[in-house]
Amino acid sequence: MTAYIGKRLLAAIPVILGLSIIVFLVMKLIPGDPAQALLGAYATPENVERINRVLGLDRSWPEQYLIWVGNLLQGDFGRSYILNRPVLDEVLDRFAATLILAGASLLICSVLGILAGIVSAVRQFGWTDRIVTFFVLIGISMPAFFLGLVLILLFAVHWRLLPASGMYAVYGGGDLPDLLRHLILPAGTLAIVATGVVARLTRAAMLEVLRQDFIRTARAKGLSENAVIYRHAFRAALVSIIPVIGIQTGFVLGGAVYIETVFQWPGLGQMLVKAVSTRDLLLVQGGVLVAATLYVLINLLADVAQAMLDPRLKA
Amino acid sequence: MTSKWYGLAPLLAATALALVSPAAAQTPPNVLIVGQIAEPQSLDPQVSTAVNDFRILVNIYDGLVRYADGTLEVEPALATDWTISDDGLSYTFNLREGVTFHDGTPFNAEAVKFNFDRMLDEDHPYYDTGPFPLSFNFSAVESVNVIDEHTVEFVLTEPFAPFLSNLAYPTGLIVSPQGVMDNVDDYGRNPSGTGPYRFVEWQSNTRVVVEANADYWDGAPALEAVVFRPITDANTRVAEMLSGGIDVMVEVPPDNVSQFEEDSAFEVYEQAGPHVWYVMLNARYGPFADKLVRQAANYAVNKEALVNEVLQGTATVSDSPIAPAFNWAYNENLEPYPYDPDMAGQLLSQAGVDSPEVTFYVTEGGSGMLDPVTMGTAIQADLEAVGFDVTIETYEWNTFLGIVNPGLGEDVDMAEMAWMTNDPDVLPFLTLRTGAWPEEGGFNSSYYSNEEVDELLEAARVETDIEARGDLYKQMQEIVYEDAPWIFVANWQQNAVTTQAVQGFSLQPSFLLQLHDVSKP
Repeated sequence: MTAYIGKRLLAAIPVILGLSIIVFLVMKLIPGDPAQALLGAYATPENVERINRVLGLDRSWPEQYLIWVGNLLQGDFGRSYILNRPVLDEVLDRFAATLILAGASLLICSVLGILAGIVSAVRQFGWTDRIVTFFVLIGISMPAFFLGLVLILLFAVHWRLLPASGMYAVYGGGDLPDLLRHLILPAGTLAIVATGVVARLTRAAMLEVLRQDFIRTARAKGLSENAVIYRHAFRAALVSIIPVIGIQTGFVLGGAVYIETVFQWPGLGQMLVKAVSTRDLLLVQGGVLVAATLYVLINLLADVAQAMLDPRLKA
Repeated sequence: MTSKWYGLAPLLAATALALVSPAAAQTPPNVLIVGQIAEPQSLDPQVSTAVNDFRILVNIYDGLVRYADGTLEVEPALATDWTISDDGLSYTFNLREGVTFHDGTPFNAEAVKFNFDRMLDEDHPYYDTGPFPLSFNFSAVESVNVIDEHTVEFVLTEPFAPFLSNLAYPTGLIVSPQGVMDNVDDYGRNPSGTGPYRFVEWQSNTRVVVEANADYWDGAPALEAVVFRPITDANTRVAEMLSGGIDVMVEVPPDNVSQFEEDSAFEVYEQAGPHVWYVMLNARYGPFADKLVRQAANYAVNKEALVNEVLQGTATVSDSPIAPAFNWAYNENLEPYPYDPDMAGQLLSQAGVDSPEVTFYVTEGGSGMLDPVTMGTAIQADLEAVGFDVTIETYEWNTFLGIVNPGLGEDVDMAEMAWMTNDPDVLPFLTLRTGAWPEEGGFNSSYYSNEEVDELLEAARVETDIEARGDLYKQMQEIVYEDAPWIFVANWQQNAVTTQAVQGFSLQPSFLLQLHDVSKP
């Protein structure tokens, strides 16, 4: 197993390196540069040149890239031009917030999705299945940012039950209940789409397993239906469910871009949107690198879990 | 299985209730929570370039001069008075005595010199605490000389009348030299000024907190503290306002203004400012090279409908490159081009052009651009109604600037643009002079050129008497109105909403958010 993890980790390095080149190039190829964004209407050629010189953007692209990677290897992510702050500080601040949001919604979507999938598979074509399928379809079809706005209108503006946005109360607050209160709406919204996907795939996986011989055998030897479903069928189905959850991490991280913007959640996604529009090169590169690394690691984790559950994959 | 979950249900419900109930709490008394449009860039006034940051900066810092309440005229602040030499090259300021920075160090002539040297002198030991993108506002400054503890002299390389209003602009706010020296890497997050509020904390992406400066030279503020909260999404900002999470919000979307106006729990404020929204017309190539066609375009566009329908009354119709907020420089005699499609048609046939094809560059959004896509489409429809054949090309803001600023080529006939400025000189000087063609380093991207306008603008720039200067601008506006280098469209009115509890709030024509006199018992 250790060798397997080691191999996978090594394989992640070229992925992340390649990604850093792509991000660097994309940021270079889109028109408009940081000096332009910084100066706005005042971007005269001479002002742009002055700013570019100060920021080191007058060097050649390969030179800029190598300087960046070189500094990166020494743990220096550079400085954001727009925020005037070390990129690493900003990214770590943001990363913690995204981790809380994405973690919470992954937890919600896994628990709810798997439960809904199981119930709906066990009662295939029954009314529970129909209701679950109906809501799953709505969840999958609804754009997350729209749902987010509707929930804000209902829970924050109309009923005034929950805060409309942010991560902590802006004055006072800052404790765990405060955080949870702010977390409910964004994490819930973000989880809804993923819950639909997990529920659908769990249902399919469970139906597949429930048709197999060993389930009939388990029933025949007189096990209770709960034991058959949870101890035998679910465990077998988990092998195909876990990678789905791994992939959902990608969707949740991607969806966080919208959700963080709508709910003003101070996470990586919201930071990246702003950083791209202001051409904050180093911040985009640093942020994407961290998000990508996280995605690679979580997928690795999912694969490892799958391998542990299914001895056939260990080789 | 079911029994296990039934046991959990009440627990979950109780947790949910506990989390949900206290959320309806209102903001605390004597603390003002301001919904901002973005996270600040920096609280170093010489580094920052964003109006969003300026709203915080003017409450932490003072400049030598400031805009008088409700106007764009300068009045004393950290300087009590000043004299200008007859040749307009030397400004001598007497500084206010007994003022200290929030970090306890004294404000004096040395501090003023430090501020401008840091920004302008590449060899200054703290020049690398920049970059200082807007330092060109003071590029006319040759040297800053300390005459004595409380007297400082600025020597200019050439007479430059906008100098005083540039000092009132946030780039001219005075920082504590000790503050910079103590926080070489991070002064922008550890600001120290002399203003009515002192900096307390900046929690990234969550809040900037400032508290009352009890020793403020102009009287301590009534509020205990102000919290600035970044809420980038306009819909979310509105939701926060409606749900009681913030006391003040700026830049209310036009769609929501009437909602707040009808609700007695809120107060809506509007204030015209130094903003001009226009469509530049390519005076070098294509049909708009003919003045008659440019005038036709001005008659063809229904600007009343644009400001009242599209912008829902959050702007007024414009007729000049100088915003009416510059009351001493704006020419009151001008009347906007009326909406007159027949007149437009006549002018077109007089010019001998038949259904001219034009390409119109529109941006998706951007600083001061209001609602550019909808406005662009409405302008297109109006122009087509009188016979133009308009093709729109839409670009993201930074891309847009990247192609418009270097100058419109043969294939582009018109482009949207908006400016917010601190002095009436800035916009015409940078966008209408022959010497401001992009090749010369200016922003006259549509290549308008009129010798008389050039002369008037050069003369106004060195005229230090404000009335005489105003007259020169008024003459310039009449010529420009007639030449119609742009479709003059709108002057934006900045707006804000507060809850009824907020008192003494006002918006300034400078668009700066002065909170010194605000209270919220």
